[in-house]
Amino acid sequence: MSDQNLTVTVENLRKTFQGPDGGEIAAVDGISLSVQAGELTALVGPDGAGKTTLMRMLAGLLKPDAGSLRVLGIDVAADPQSVQDRISYMPQRFGLYEDLSVQENLDLYADLHGVPHDERQERFARMLEVTDMARFTDRPAGKLSGGMKQKLGLACTLVRSPDLLLLDEPSVGVDPLSRRDLWKIVQQLIDDEKLSVIVSTAYMDEAERCAQVFVMHKGKLLADGAPDALSKRAQGLTFTAATPVDMPARQLQARLIDVPELIIDAVPKGGNVRFIRQPEAEQARLNDLLDGTSVEPRAEELEDAFMMLLREEEGETETKTTPKEELEKSAAHTAKDDGKPVIVVRDLVRKFGDFTAVAATSFDVARGEIFGLLGPNGAGKTTTFRMLCGLLPATSGHLEVAGLNLRSARAAARARIGYVSQKFALYGNLSVRENLEFFGGAYGLSGKALRNRISASIEQFSLDPAAQSGILPAGYKQRLAMATGLLHQPEILFLDEPTSGIDPLARRAFWRTITSLAVSGVTIIITTHFMEEAEYCDRIAIQDAGEMLALGTPREVREQAGDAGADMNSAFIAIVEQGRAARENKEKAA
Amino acid sequence: MNPVITYFFRTLALFRKELLALVKDPSSRVLLFAPALLQALLFGYGATYDLTHVPYAVLDHSRGATATQLLARLDGTGVFERVATLTSSDQIAGVIDKGDALLVVSIPSDFEARLAANQQAPLQVILDGRNSSTAGAAAAYVSSIVTSYNQTLGNRSSITIVRRSWFNPNLESRWNMMPALIASLSMIQTLMLAALSVAREREQGTFDQLLVTPLTPLQILIGKALPSIFIGLIQSTIIFLIILFWFQIPMNGSVWLLYFGLFCFTVASVGIGLSISAVSLTMQQAMLYTFMLVMPLMLLSGLLTPVRNMPAILQVATYVNPLRFGIDIVRRVYLEGATFGDIASNFLPLLAVAAVTLPLAAWLFRNRLG
Amino acid sequence: MSESGFSTRLVALTRKETRQMLRDRSNLVVGLVLPVVLILLFGYGLSFDVKDARVTVVLEDSSPTARNVVSGLQGSPYLAPSWVTSMAEAARMIRAGQTDAILRVPIDFSRRLAAGDAQLQLLLNGVDSNTASTMEGYVAGALAIPTQQLADQAGNKPTAAPNITIVQRTWFNEAGESTWYLVPGLLVLVMTLIGAFLTSLLVAREWERGTLESLFVTPVRPLELVLAKLAPYVVIGGIDLIMCLLAAKYLFHVPMRGSLPVIIVSSLLYLMVSLSLGLFISAATRNQFAASQMALLTSFMPAMMLSGFVFDLRNVPVVIQIISQVLPATHFMGLIKTLFLAGNYWPDILRDCAILALYAVVLIGLTRRSLRKKLD
Repeated sequence: MSDQNLTVTVENLRKTFQGPDGGEIAAVDGISLSVQAGELTALVGPDGAGKTTLMRMLAGLLKPDAGSLRVLGIDVAADPQSVQDRISYMPQRFGLYEDLSVQENLDLYADLHGVPHDERQERFARMLEVTDMARFTDRPAGKLSGGMKQKLGLACTLVRSPDLLLLDEPSVGVDPLSRRDLWKIVQQLIDDEKLSVIVSTAYMDEAERCAQVFVMHKGKLLADGAPDALSKRAQGLTFTAATPVDMPARQLQARLIDVPELIIDAVPKGGNVRFIRQPEAEQARLNDLLDGTSVEPRAEELEDAFMMLLREEEGETETKTTPKEELEKSAAHTAKDDGKPVIVVRDLVRKFGDFTAVAATSFDVARGEIFGLLGPNGAGKTTTFRMLCGLLPATSGHLEVAGLNLRSARAAARARIGYVSQKFALYGNLSVRENLEFFGGAYGLSGKALRNRISASIEQFSLDPAAQSGILPAGYKQRLAMATGLLHQPEILFLDEPTSGIDPLARRAFWRTITSLAVSGVTIIITTHFMEEAEYCDRIAIQDAGEMLALGTPREVREQAGDAGADMNSAFIAIVEQGRAARENKEKAA
Repeated sequence: MNPVITYFFRTLALFRKELLALVKDPSSRVLLFAPALLQALLFGYGATYDLTHVPYAVLDHSRGATATQLLARLDGTGVFERVATLTSSDQIAGVIDKGDALLVVSIPSDFEARLAANQQAPLQVILDGRNSSTAGAAAAYVSSIVTSYNQTLGNRSSITIVRRSWFNPNLESRWNMMPALIASLSMIQTLMLAALSVAREREQGTFDQLLVTPLTPLQILIGKALPSIFIGLIQSTIIFLIILFWFQIPMNGSVWLLYFGLFCFTVASVGIGLSISAVSLTMQQAMLYTFMLVMPLMLLSGLLTPVRNMPAILQVATYVNPLRFGIDIVRRVYLEGATFGDIASNFLPLLAVAAVTLPLAAWLFRNRLG
Repeated sequence: MSESGFSTRLVALTRKETRQMLRDRSNLVVGLVLPVVLILLFGYGLSFDVKDARVTVVLEDSSPTARNVVSGLQGSPYLAPSWVTSMAEAARMIRAGQTDAILRVPIDFSRRLAAGDAQLQLLLNGVDSNTASTMEGYVAGALAIPTQQLADQAGNKPTAAPNITIVQRTWFNEAGESTWYLVPGLLVLVMTLIGAFLTSLLVAREWERGTLESLFVTPVRPLELVLAKLAPYVVIGGIDLIMCLLAAKYLFHVPMRGSLPVIIVSSLLYLMVSLSLGLFISAATRNQFAASQMALLTSFMPAMMLSGFVFDLRNVPVVIQIISQVLPATHFMGLIKTLFLAGNYWPDILRDCAILALYAVVLIGLTRRSLRKKLD
């Protein structure tokens, strides 16, 4: 019986929430789907697609308003506990007890799931080994880096073999190495125990591993099928354009993505630009646009199909990118290019007790440069950032931002930088306009100047000024954070993981904004865990355990990785692993 | 632009934001003002030491006219209410233990006979001492009634003491308690608001965002302190109005002086709150440390019992307690009509507390370890 | 299987709650140090017993007779007299807060005494009404003997009129010491504050940190969560109870006339009520700030002000009495004072314990309901 093989059957499922204006918002709007047992299934879709709501209904945490929902043959709405006894669920933000140690968290969940003691030892050992956390069992969970927390969350979820595993965006904010480890665990369980897994994700390479992919959008199912079948939609439309030698890839990418009637999507990759053409695009106009760069067809991927689906759905309204001139006007004009580096870092060191978070780091950043700071979670990126912004004193070393050390500089000097922090750090219970008004005021804008800047920002980032900022979808929160950071037209912009948890569409728009700002002379320092985003940067640095492992243009860094450097992701993993191996050897020698 | 004006506008922006964040959602608005209103009313009626109702029982073995007259005087006060007439002394324990009667008046069988013989006639009063202050007050009341009755029997002392009391003619404890509430009820919340203000931003990550703006620690301090001070003064005003118009306790002093005193007191409280806030990493810590402080501050303030009744060492400790001086200022300005000269010494400790805690908080904003 | 699952899970959750409680020092500070501070403050700091009350004597009549009369003040252990000559000076002192009362001996005192019609004026600062009325009694008492003697000397024959005297007996607290009733009340306050300050944050914190979502999708049952959260705080409350009892007995020598087991059982019952009230508020509000404010307003402040702790409920209007009867603290306050000072009075014990038990059961039930494993 095929029915026996279904772990989840959903029919006409609907869930509405009350919107801020009192109206109803359908988070899940008449979805029907079924999931095969023993398979890996992915839910993909932009922010607000309803993935989390669907996951929570599957886990029995939310009651559907209409439709039927059976998990493992049980009606979840009627008997959630029976389902909860048999499934495991990892929420987007796994609720680790930060004051308990790694081992204590594991023990707690093992006890709650009634895992027998003999079985548990073997399982813990395996989990800790795969996640490379065996050394940290006594450390409080709150002291782990973001990636390790996520791995521990997965380990806690998997203390026993569930009949169904639900993972809600398990890899948000997780570095490529940890992401690889996470998937290693999941893959092992699928192979060894024929586990059924449903995962929601923003990473298309993760969705590509799955047997079945459901594309969701605004509470509805847009498409579903095996990744190969879905990819076929983009067949014959995908190409790679070779960037001329003297041009950064992002410049060509910007030129392409600005013409949505010809180009569906364009991203820089490996120094070249990958793009999808519109099926109806006139060849002549396309040739004009490409202006003689050599174009090769390439194999279509799931991401291409996904981008096509979303562009079709979103139409012209959402993809409207900000006109370049607008942005360039908004940036600081006063900045003179005197050829001197804007940021100078020499032998920067930061220690917390006997733990060295940043060790002897040196680099310069030139005006108008996009400088990417990459590294695994806990590598010291955020610490470096906080020192640059003057939030944390350096233990030793020299540090100059626009000619000053911000920690000791007069307050006015801080007006020259903008800072967008890792997690949403604006006032959630204030409206968009109120947040902008406050930060504008704090930066010394007032009266007409302030009003003009605010209305310009609201237009530029297509924000709703009356919306309460705390309940905006992630993509809009990020736009608001950017708008706030740019309100006072800073010369230097610090962005700490600005694209974590944001869907590909929003990330394209975000990077378009960044590249325009750079053109207008704003210096940008950015951290990210999406390695393909490093391709937008002029130069990148890779940090691990506080040390600088690589520094140079994306091409140089890929070359440093040697054979492994086919793309940024593998180059990154190779460089970090080489660095770790070298350090271990040094420690052994010592 | 003029740097002074810019400075002012920056601080104003923060002040506006803080205030907006506080009063933005309806539930927190309710939480800011309803408690002051409710507690002022409840405690205005509930927090009283005055005897208004003394249930008593009688065990009259004499059954004579004098006893009846005396008891009639007791009943005539409107305070004493006879709840039981006992017939044997075995029943005394019953009514007292159950709390039915606060006291039992026991009249011996030879009562009338002794009076007739111009002898001293003892009357027994048995009191429930579980609340010693009520028992003491009730005993004093009975004794004053008996003394005045004795005078009708021909016992006149050649010296009489004429009692007058200033500032509170009927010695009502509500007059003592309510003005003190103006300071103490609002302090609990101002302390909490100030304590949470920075801790909340640290926990939610917005404090870093604030620190990278050109705002100086002094501006942040002013922007954070003013809304709490403002809310505190509004709460004080609510309680003040309830006392003045609902309970109709006459105000004798200058309103300006009262508010100047309240302002200094609130600044000192907010200073303590912000210091707590600056050392706390989470809201939970800020709240617990606030609770930890509020209790001793209340107990050592003279709110419930006078500071002068405390042991010397604790009296010294009260000098760092702004509430002690806040209550003193309010009581004396409100009831005594004290002038600035009368209460000037109270301002020194308040200003000293503010002068230490506010700069400490400002320094901690940037330099908190870890 | 499900039986053993219950106990394994309960043990695991209890272990987790205990660890969390022990790791955050602020919990222990409030749970264990604050009660000690309160015990000491209540035992030594708070007192209604007026001593060294400042009374300023204005001797307008400086005759030996007048001096003789007011000399009685010096003998009083409760009064600290000072002497001035002008009423204006004394009035200035009372305004400046340098004295609490003025005893004025008018210029015609001796003359009128001879006429058998002498008056003394006592002016009290009524701001502290309690102290003022107590002082009135002390002054009258201190003056009674010299006045009587003077009256005798003045030739006013002791009247042969009949005289009623009062033989006063105060049960339960013969000496009228306020510590005796404050310390049992303190027990109520300490039990209340653990619930109001500590358990009120427990569930709200898990909502805010998102840990409940992970916990919900496990075989955990809501009741297990409730019981596990209560357990470590019952231990803290138990320690506080022991500290309070020891302090009452050995530090403040408050009698314990009721039986100790009854005191302990009823205290633990109230502890359960207080803890589950805190937990219920926490589960219902899902927000730490709101929870702590609610706990402060609905449990701690009323327990301090409206439970009959210092203010006698017999003196308050009916509406307030009704409100106070709704508070569990009021029932425990009455019971514990009786148990300490009066003894075992079974009808009261049974009634109040039944009320407390009912509160505990209802509140735990409500908490369990609001922890139904739902996010909306």
